[in-house]
Amino acid sequence: MENVVPYKIQILSIIGALTFMFLIFRLIAKGKLREEYSIIWIVCTIILLVFSIWRNGLDVLAKILGVFYAPALIFLAAIFAIIVFLVHLSVVNSKQHEQIKKLSQEMALLKSKLMEEKKL
Amino acid sequence: MKTEISNKKVLIIIPCFNEEASIYSLLQEIKETKIEGCFIQPLPVNDCSTDKTAIEINKAAVAYLDLPVNLGIGGAVQSGYHYALQNSFDVAVQLDGDGQHPVNELLKVINPIINKECDVVIGSRFISKEGFQSSGLRRFGINYFKKLNQFLLGIKVTDSTSGFRAINSEAIKLVCEYYPDEYPEPEAIVLFHLNRLKIKEVPVLMRERQGGTSSISSFKSVYYMIKVTLGILFIFIRIKFYGKRSAL
Repeated sequence: MENVVPYKIQILSIIGALTFMFLIFRLIAKGKLREEYSIIWIVCTIILLVFSIWRNGLDVLAKILGVFYAPALIFLAAIFAIIVFLVHLSVVNSKQHEQIKKLSQEMALLKSKLMEEKKL
Repeated sequence: MKTEISNKKVLIIIPCFNEEASIYSLLQEIKETKIEGCFIQPLPVNDCSTDKTAIEINKAAVAYLDLPVNLGIGGAVQSGYHYALQNSFDVAVQLDGDGQHPVNELLKVINPIINKECDVVIGSRFISKEGFQSSGLRRFGINYFKKLNQFLLGIKVTDSTSGFRAINSEAIKLVCEYYPDEYPEPEAIVLFHLNRLKIKEVPVLMRERQGGTSSISSFKSVYYMIKVTLGILFIFIRIKFYGKRSAL
């Protein structure tokens, strides 16, 4: 309030969050990121944006949850979110593994059918 | 070809990964094999071999499957089962491409299915304890799986890692829905048993591999044990608690 210095980090984080959001939207628009995976990132940026605008938000939240050291809440939330997202990616990966297997089996079967038809 | 009343169609699925040394002679041997009342067709499945396996298979002039990406033994064998289902085979036999499973033992694994004694036949080298008995470490693993199966399922399978097995059309339908990818043999036993299929073991002679390398080197054996144990436990839980036949 007294000078501009405390606002420095706030301005920076707002710029950071907006840039991140812009990048995500660009990826979706270009078709490089599927919408279903982008939802989580959009939500993340919104949370980021809210807390960079609402400066006391973190302290308020920490007090409500009974967290003694407010910044620890950031790490807790961030690590939790990352782990959840990693598990989600593993599930996606397993699904794709299964799909690739089915596709290649189908392809091998079709190839052999084609060969047999050529012979007849 | 013969005047049998019931001509059973038997598919011999041969998963091949770099088996150039043995595959051609193996295919010739199968082509010359005749079992009364059976029409036998070999089906090599080339799992992206990096050697001349594909050329050797072509030389033998048989129908084959050529996988575009390497799927591992389970995926390769499963594509053979799909072939069996699509072409309505009565029996599907898995036979390793390295010459470990002798062709003249085929009758032993096919017969119980043709006689409708059971749904799944596993060729075991430990019943009569003859022929190639595998290395010490591997035998330890096999013993361990025997105990695990006995504990979970209450059945005794002496050679649960044996890939030399024959299954009937009902079991074919089942494995087309779900079949494990890596080291599928011990896990498949759980799958069969919990789906109420009758398993029978028959004594067979096995040879030491003629060419190629085992999918299980001693370096990987610890990983193998953990992976298969997990696989067995999870397929057990999956079928027991999430309903029969449910795949992923």
